[in-house]
Amino acid sequence: MKYLMLIYGNEEIWNSLPAGDLTTLIGEVDAFNEALRASGELVESQGLVSRARSVRMVGDAPVVTDGPYLEAKEYVGSYFVVDVDSEERALEIARSYPALRFGSGRSGGGLEVWPLMTGTGGDL
Amino acid sequence: MQEALLAAFETWTADGVPEHPAGWLRTVAARRYVDQVRADAARQRRERAAVDATPRDALLAPPPDAEPARDDLLELLFLCCHPALGPSAQVALTLRAVGGLTTPEIAAAFLVPEKTMAQRIVRAKQRLREAGARFALPPEPEREPRLTVVLHVLYLIFNEGYAASSGPALRRVDLTRQAVRLTRRLHRRLPADGEVAGLLALMLLTEARGPARTGPEGELVPLAEQDRTRWDRSAIAEGTALLTHALSTAPVGPYQVQAAIAAVHAEAPSAEETDWPQVLGLYELLERLAPGPAVTLNRAVALGMVRGPAAGLDLVRELADGPLAGHHRLLAVRAHLLERAGEREAAAREWREAARLAGSLPERRFLVRQAARLM
Repeated sequence: MKYLMLIYGNEEIWNSLPAGDLTTLIGEVDAFNEALRASGELVESQGLVSRARSVRMVGDAPVVTDGPYLEAKEYVGSYFVVDVDSEERALEIARSYPALRFGSGRSGGGLEVWPLMTGTGGDL
Repeated sequence: MQEALLAAFETWTADGVPEHPAGWLRTVAARRYVDQVRADAARQRRERAAVDATPRDALLAPPPDAEPARDDLLELLFLCCHPALGPSAQVALTLRAVGGLTTPEIAAAFLVPEKTMAQRIVRAKQRLREAGARFALPPEPEREPRLTVVLHVLYLIFNEGYAASSGPALRRVDLTRQAVRLTRRLHRRLPADGEVAGLLALMLLTEARGPARTGPEGELVPLAEQDRTRWDRSAIAEGTALLTHALSTAPVGPYQVQAAIAAVHAEAPSAEETDWPQVLGLYELLERLAPGPAVTLNRAVALGMVRGPAAGLDLVRELADGPLAGHHRLLAVRAHLLERAGEREAAAREWREAARLAGSLPERRFLVRQAARLM
């Protein structure tokens, strides 16, 4: 089963981190990714540039605007996809994500776990 | 129905078991009864498994100059399906080491990057070393539970390959065919094991419906609407023969009962003419052999066909607090029963909710269409 992990960042939190903490955290995230790669569970992992654009129909034309995250404190900073045996395992991985602890007591800095749809289905 | 079965048991023991080609329930139930009566059935099975698991040539003195061709299929399967591994690692290793697929082929089949699959296989081998797993038959008392794991892995490979949609974009290694091939080899190796034969029969009888399962746009066609002339008759005949033989010679088990249910469907000329009381009876037996919420849910469908939607809905209600709560299959069954009860609005709501939660694209499309029909 594949799961998409959306990692939410929070500008305020990141900006308030001392440089040493940030270095430690980056090291921890690298080790986290490496462990998932070594276990054969990491499908892919990408960072996102926080310069999202949104495309919506306005009247009968698709209009490109800034956002939707530009004004928000939280934004999707990166994502990764895992292929694991169970939802419990996916949640265990999510709980062990190193940057999670910096969100404690404040708003933001969380993770969303989305099951990915598959191309196959059983008999109905 | 349960009482009817018990009554039938008594009659059969008094009058002997009647022979009827379509009477899967009768055969299975009688077999089950025989197994229960025989206090030593389990011991016999263990003994037989031990004999089966011994290479044939090991039972005979080797000819003086011959080097016997060694078939290490069992040792390999037991190793690849070692309990120290998770299911995805067991599946990957089995396909690599027993199925002979390349790592890129396995990666393509599971839609993950080649590196991911290569790592998974490396890690699995490492795990086996750490667990002290050995390339040898497990000691006798462990053999039966370990064989159960092997059968489950083959079943997982089959299910993974049982893709609802095909076409150039979804071109995959044919996992279904791989699973059938491996199970066939295992059956040749353990011909007396009823559950190995039962699993092979289940695969063949299920795969026989493959050509009718998808429509021209790759959409899912439910069992009731399938064009049964497109079912693969030779696969049905082979599955039926395997099952008949297994049921007359070996103790009955969950795969044989599931194969018997598939056989009842295979024999029915149309959905309306399906012998639902028989399907229901088989699900009742399956529930006793291998209880689980998914089995109960299937029994609810059969119960709805035999005793009417209200009875089915009552049974589904009992499942609503269990592990299937919020599962799209449970909602789809409830939608189906509500629709048959004439409650169109409630049914449409359930179909929509089931569609929202479905994890597979073809199923979601099917469920959305079901909802749309009622609006």
